[in-house]
Amino acid sequence: MSFALSPEEWTAVRLSLDVAARSVLTSLVPAIAIAWLLARGRFPGRMLLDALVHLPLVVPPVVVGWGLLMLFGVRGPIGGPLNDWFGIRLVFTTDGAALATAVMSFPLIVRAVRLGLEGVDPGFEAAARTLGAGPIDRFVTVTLPLMSPGILAGAVTAFAAGLGEFGAVITFASNIPGETQTLPLAIYSATQTPGGEAIAGRLAAISFTLAIALLLLAELVARRMHRLLGRG
Amino acid sequence: MAEIALRHRFPDGGFSLDVAFSAPAQGVTALFGPSGCGKSTVLAAVAGLLRPQQGRVVLGGATVLDTRAGIDLPPERRRCGVVFQDARLFPHLSVETNLRYGLRRAPRDAQGPGFAEVVDLLGIGHLLDRRPARLSGGERQRVALGRALLSRPHILLMDEPLAALDAARRTEVLPFLARLRDAARLPILYVTHALEEVDALADHLVLLESGRVLAEGPVGALAARTDLPLAARRDAGVLLDCIVSGATEGGLTRLDFPGGALLTTLHPGPAGTRLRVRVRARDVAVAVEEPRGLSTQNILKGIVADIQPAAEGPEVFLRLAVGRSDLLARITRDSVERLSLHPGMAIWALVKAVTFDHRTVAEGAPLHPTAAGGSDALPDS
Repeated sequence: MSFALSPEEWTAVRLSLDVAARSVLTSLVPAIAIAWLLARGRFPGRMLLDALVHLPLVVPPVVVGWGLLMLFGVRGPIGGPLNDWFGIRLVFTTDGAALATAVMSFPLIVRAVRLGLEGVDPGFEAAARTLGAGPIDRFVTVTLPLMSPGILAGAVTAFAAGLGEFGAVITFASNIPGETQTLPLAIYSATQTPGGEAIAGRLAAISFTLAIALLLLAELVARRMHRLLGRG
Repeated sequence: MAEIALRHRFPDGGFSLDVAFSAPAQGVTALFGPSGCGKSTVLAAVAGLLRPQQGRVVLGGATVLDTRAGIDLPPERRRCGVVFQDARLFPHLSVETNLRYGLRRAPRDAQGPGFAEVVDLLGIGHLLDRRPARLSGGERQRVALGRALLSRPHILLMDEPLAALDAARRTEVLPFLARLRDAARLPILYVTHALEEVDALADHLVLLESGRVLAEGPVGALAARTDLPLAARRDAGVLLDCIVSGATEGGLTRLDFPGGALLTTLHPGPAGTRLRVRVRARDVAVAVEEPRGLSTQNILKGIVADIQPAAEGPEVFLRLAVGRSDLLARITRDSVERLSLHPGMAIWALVKAVTFDHRTVAEGAPLHPTAAGGSDALPDS
């Protein structure tokens, strides 16, 4: 068994990284906004929003994929106008795979960001207020830096989880090599192909290595940030 | 000048606050009282961090709160420099960036001391590159003082700035507070439950108890009253504003006060140093004849001005007029009867030179050289 990857396998690895990165980048800002609402907001329906955000954790991924298909399909209420007016098609595309991954990992980011935000002593924000900082000013200069370990933890966890998203991606974006066939989809295809055990093994090893490396990286960066913030 | 009137009832517990007082345009107004008397709540309401149900706050001529007129400026527009008990330096920013945080956001036309001047005043020049996590408690509080002052505020609000520090650190920071008080041409509201901080720093005193103002006025005037809770304290007594006038051959310091002089074992500084000394009533004894053969260094001739009962049964307060100053002496009723003490009677007040243990700092008091040089601890004198 050879450990060298074929060009097709490399494509799957690259695509996985690409999809995971795009999903994290698109969901980060909305995740910070939602985490803020959940941690600090006082409005009716806060619990409902909380439940909605956590839905992808408990609903079968295939159902999430199906829901996205209904909403973002070329005849769906969102996908229709996107396709007709802007020529943006999400179904069966890399963007679609990124969207499905983003929705699936959204609760992970929100949870981590919210934890980070709840760890910020409101006393620092009060101090910033007395020093003349308005709402946006003190969010950018005080709250955001102090909650950054949470944001970073959320981003890395979501990235690692996004590398392996299967059900929602295959349902919404299908399994097209070079377009939507990420690592887990490629592994699945390999296991369905006679003689594909070696490919599946190599790709599984890569998945495993990436996951471990990311978790270690997250831990290292978190420690460094905590030191910078003077928490040990 | 700051005018403050607040009313607030907390929903649960039923604690209610109803205070009105004004703070002079310069100098320290101490809000003094036991914990839970509402003094920190007053500060939070002035800063805008708590919204009282009714109130009016005027700072430097600007009305920042008037519930009747519907005025309620947010804290960021009130221009109150707040020094919190826990410093609250931004942990992700260097000392210098912390110091400049308020300065950057101050109005362009705002008057106040410059960056270099404040850094020099507080002796924090060598700390500028550090992160707050690498500062001692005393250094942190000095930086917090600088940060508040540099925001060019209309008023400085200090919420027990020394309470979180141990005795050595308090002694380290206190002289800087005195320097800041003398350098800042601002009203300073100073919340504390430590009488020695009042003695050392305050010009004006607001006594609070269970959300009400018991009394307000010049510190010396309130200290000399026997009808306030202050008089029930072990360290009750008058405050004398003194000037160091010299030293004796025996190593004692001579302090002049209006109408007399005291010898003390304190060494507050060279001749001309001004300081305020607390003469505790329990440390003052009286004699009806001029005493001889006593070790007591200070024997001051005076007249009994009046006799007031003390809170505890068998004791009284004698108010003694010594020159232009008043002293309080706390003695037993028994002694009053035995010596037939009565108002108008000539007496000698006896005060031992070693009883002055309060470290008091007033304008012109020099800083300990090691403090300005950046070392942490100051020896207690």
